[in-house]
Amino acid sequence: MSRRDRLGRLDFVLSPYLYIAPFFIVFAITGLYPLLYTAWVSFHKWHLIGGDQGFNGLDNYVTVLQQPNFWIALRNTFSIFLLSSVPQIMLAILIAYVLDTNLRAKTFWRMGVLLPYVVAPVAVSIIFSKLFADQSGMVNAILGHLGLGPIGWHSSAFWSHIAIANMVNFRWTGYNALIILAAMQAIPRELYEAATVDGAGRLRQFWSVTIPQLRSTIMFVVINSTIGGLQIFDEPRMFDTMGNGGADNQWLTLTMYLYQLGWGPQKSFGRASAVAWILFLIILLFASLSFLLTRRIASSGTEPARDTRRRRRGRARAINRTAAGHTTAGHTTEGALS
Amino acid sequence: MSRNEPSLAMIEQTAGKRAARAAARRRAKGAHRGFGPDRRPGPVGYVFLIAAVLISAYPLYFAFLLATSNAAEIAKHPVPSLIPRGELVDNITRVLNSGIDLWGAFFNSLIVSGVVSLSVVFFSTLAGYAFSKLRFRGREGLLTFVIATMAVPAQLGVVPLFIVMAKLGWTGELIAVIVPAMVSAFGVFWMTQYIRDALPYELIEAARVDGASMFRTFWSVALPAARPAASMLALFTFVGSWTNFFWPFIVLGAKNPTLPVALQLLQASYFKDYSLIMAGVVVATVPLLILFVLAGRQLVAGIMQGAVKG
Repeated sequence: MSRRDRLGRLDFVLSPYLYIAPFFIVFAITGLYPLLYTAWVSFHKWHLIGGDQGFNGLDNYVTVLQQPNFWIALRNTFSIFLLSSVPQIMLAILIAYVLDTNLRAKTFWRMGVLLPYVVAPVAVSIIFSKLFADQSGMVNAILGHLGLGPIGWHSSAFWSHIAIANMVNFRWTGYNALIILAAMQAIPRELYEAATVDGAGRLRQFWSVTIPQLRSTIMFVVINSTIGGLQIFDEPRMFDTMGNGGADNQWLTLTMYLYQLGWGPQKSFGRASAVAWILFLIILLFASLSFLLTRRIASSGTEPARDTRRRRRGRARAINRTAAGHTTAGHTTEGALS
Repeated sequence: MSRNEPSLAMIEQTAGKRAARAAARRRAKGAHRGFGPDRRPGPVGYVFLIAAVLISAYPLYFAFLLATSNAAEIAKHPVPSLIPRGELVDNITRVLNSGIDLWGAFFNSLIVSGVVSLSVVFFSTLAGYAFSKLRFRGREGLLTFVIATMAVPAQLGVVPLFIVMAKLGWTGELIAVIVPAMVSAFGVFWMTQYIRDALPYELIEAARVDGASMFRTFWSVALPAARPAASMLALFTFVGSWTNFFWPFIVLGAKNPTLPVALQLLQASYFKDYSLIMAGVVVATVPLLILFVLAGRQLVAGIMQGAVKG
């Protein structure tokens, strides 16, 4: 074997590993290692500046769990998460349902509802905290014109959660609507024809055909918003100028609490890491819980057997592909990519 | 009209007279006109969409209105009139000359988002090409691992990541924001899916037969073929990087901020002057709005596509 051939052979064998190596190296250093290291730090007394000051077992966890602020932050996180996720997904399905029609200027409407997605959460929060200001806010001024009393958006825990949930919903509803819309367009028409033949009305078709067919997509959206929602930081942090979650911690969330422990006056990386791990476990638990729950809700309708469904979807895609030439721009890209 | 609407006779045969009569009634009323993309929207649908788009756009316009006004005006009228006032340029000049270096933050954001997008696209395409077209030991397992890492919330590793960055002396430096974002599991998955379908083996073989090295094959055959998906990935990564706050806020702080961090500083220092703060919001948002107007169609198509795969 000549030198050149040997080099070529080496190139052939090693190249694939070289090509995937960057991902694994960077992920190992900045993703995996920190996650495991977090566990290590959480069992130590660890100061932001002083560093490791010795092993102290479960102390950090015990201390954190005894702090009233931890429980307040837990409550706030869940409250904001539920107030944002539930209406957001319902609204997204509704928007997708309306978008899934033979509209004029399809792309305009799709871009219109996606617009908030390109705005930074920090900017969204600044705008909304002005809209929802207690004294000089637009929302309270309008309520005043309607003869209603002002709402204490920054003083009441519940109303602050509503305001913050609004920021989240503003940014993500359109994005989720487009994801759901894509799945809606993949539902084979024959299912609706069959339902019509069976005498099902439009509402009935929506519940018994559309929703069950969207099952995996809704699951994806729910789990995504669970992972993101439980880590919420930007919006509550920017809700007032102090960034401490309100005078009585009305809108202190777990990630804000983590930040306060580590970078606030306590400078305790040990406790911050303990919160990180508790939060990680909660997210795991809730992601699997929402997985099970969504599966149940979404499968309550009638549903074709798994293999037929897959075959049908394949067929629908093939139809899309052939139709791509003479339908909208949106379809062309879909057809080309599927 | 839907392409294959069942005839009334067929309905009568399969589902009986009553169903056929009901279907006829529905058709006559015009309430049933197909499903999905075949369905014609009624006026209610359009009204609903107009409302949705107005709600999407108004908060941004509100920020713009405040940015063209002044503090006294804003204090007097909590509900701004819909016509902008003339002080936008003045406010932007003030915000650029304020103690917070918004220009610097703007360039920082540009550098971070630009470098991160390029790097994510390059490494994702490289890995996606390997995963979809090259045969090697452990391929399936490694790909599964990549996909599994998408479920790990990376934010939770901030404490040790900060320790690592402090040890490297990178706190306050842009590189501390860039390096952790240089690869993306989603990107690898996305490019793997795309290249699998978009690049025929024949092309790769032809290049190999012509004596191209492995990397040369990637560079001149795979990379051009992956362009549509790569540009979408770049778009998503750019938006994500530009709007990211938590990690830059922790590791950069006030020393060398990106735009969202600078906005936070601006809000904390000038909390009484909303015309100034909103001018900052406008400065931070307009570049992405321009990008959105130019490439929003691709962004929409990308989300729609990602969903079908997800």
